[in-house]
Amino acid sequence: MEISSLEESRREAIFQARVDAEEKIEPKDWMPEAYRKNLIRQISQHGHSEVVGQLPEGNWITRAPTLRRKAVLLAKVQDEAGHGLYLYSATETLGIAREELMEQLLTGKAKYASIFNYPTLSWADVGAIGWLVDGAAIVNQISLCRTSYGPYARAMVRICKEESFHMRQGYEIMTVLARGSQEQKAMAQDALNRWWWPTLMMFGPHDADSAHSGSSMKWKIKRQSNDELRQKFVDQSVAQAQHLNLKIPDEKLKWNDERGHYDFGEIDWDEFTAVLGGAGPCNHERLEARRIAHEQGDWVRDAMFAHAEKQRQRDVRKTA
Amino acid sequence: MNKHLPLWEVFLRSRRGLEHKHVGSLHAADPEQAMQYARDVYTRRMEGCSIWVVLANDIHASQEAEGEAFFDPAEDKVYRHASFYDVPDDLKL
Repeated sequence: MEISSLEESRREAIFQARVDAEEKIEPKDWMPEAYRKNLIRQISQHGHSEVVGQLPEGNWITRAPTLRRKAVLLAKVQDEAGHGLYLYSATETLGIAREELMEQLLTGKAKYASIFNYPTLSWADVGAIGWLVDGAAIVNQISLCRTSYGPYARAMVRICKEESFHMRQGYEIMTVLARGSQEQKAMAQDALNRWWWPTLMMFGPHDADSAHSGSSMKWKIKRQSNDELRQKFVDQSVAQAQHLNLKIPDEKLKWNDERGHYDFGEIDWDEFTAVLGGAGPCNHERLEARRIAHEQGDWVRDAMFAHAEKQRQRDVRKTA
Repeated sequence: MNKHLPLWEVFLRSRRGLEHKHVGSLHAADPEQAMQYARDVYTRRMEGCSIWVVLANDIHASQEAEGEAFFDPAEDKVYRHASFYDVPDDLKL
């Protein structure tokens, strides 16, 4: 008993030394169980966010205002599916099956980013999502390119390359609207008003209230804290909003010379908790859409197996 | 349905003259489908001009636990590197 716990702490020391030396941890390396669990939770929820994130934007594919916008939006939504796949693959290297991940999403055991529980009411929302939501995701994901787990870091590098297209196409939509008619400008401002605060919530609770932050930082799963990343996002967004001539809906937003950052108002944490807990405007709709998609895909998966089996039989007969 | 789709590893040649490099993995029922998925997931922006897909189960990997015994013999053979040898500075060697 004593020997095995001694062995355990020896392994843990080697693991931590590797992390401290900025070496990556790879799937077959020994890792503390809590590190593995923490990663499965974080990467799979990140993957679920990409997959569920297709829904609010998918809502506008058939109603995109021009063929160009439609082609772009289709490509973007396809990217989100791809990002989900990269992340699911990374999660599976930790020893959990894809089917189990799906199960966790569909039963509500695993969470996804609360932002996707808000509705996309107008075309300007597609612009605001690209500009703000993908912009916030980039801030977070650039930081995660340096995460300690190799497969996660590699997925992040790939995703970051594609994500800047997402943000730029969104900002372009906002630019066109903001320079358009009074109605279009009002539409853009309304979208900014509705998406600003939920976007700030994407970075998670304040550092002091974040349940997983301590060990995540020690293990270098997370490289920067929620509040640091949120500040970075606010700082970069102000000039972008000014350029659009739109107003960020926060009376307390103000440059602080001493800090070298913008001060900003307090997030409505009750709303954050409620939406995360299932009471957002679209929680039910999103999960239901996933469930239906999964059920309706059943026969496709069955057919794939049947086809593969038939091919195998044919090959056996040919070689016999 | 409880059957799991098998796992495939995907390798891409990014352009002619370069080797195939591992880029990730996916699930598919057969090689044909694995190939189509690999195209859709890993080459949406012309990242490759050739794809290999390999059943993950068919890959034999060295074991991390045996890493020391397996790789260390190369460590004390510095004479296998060109930089081990002293040659006159003014000659191109």
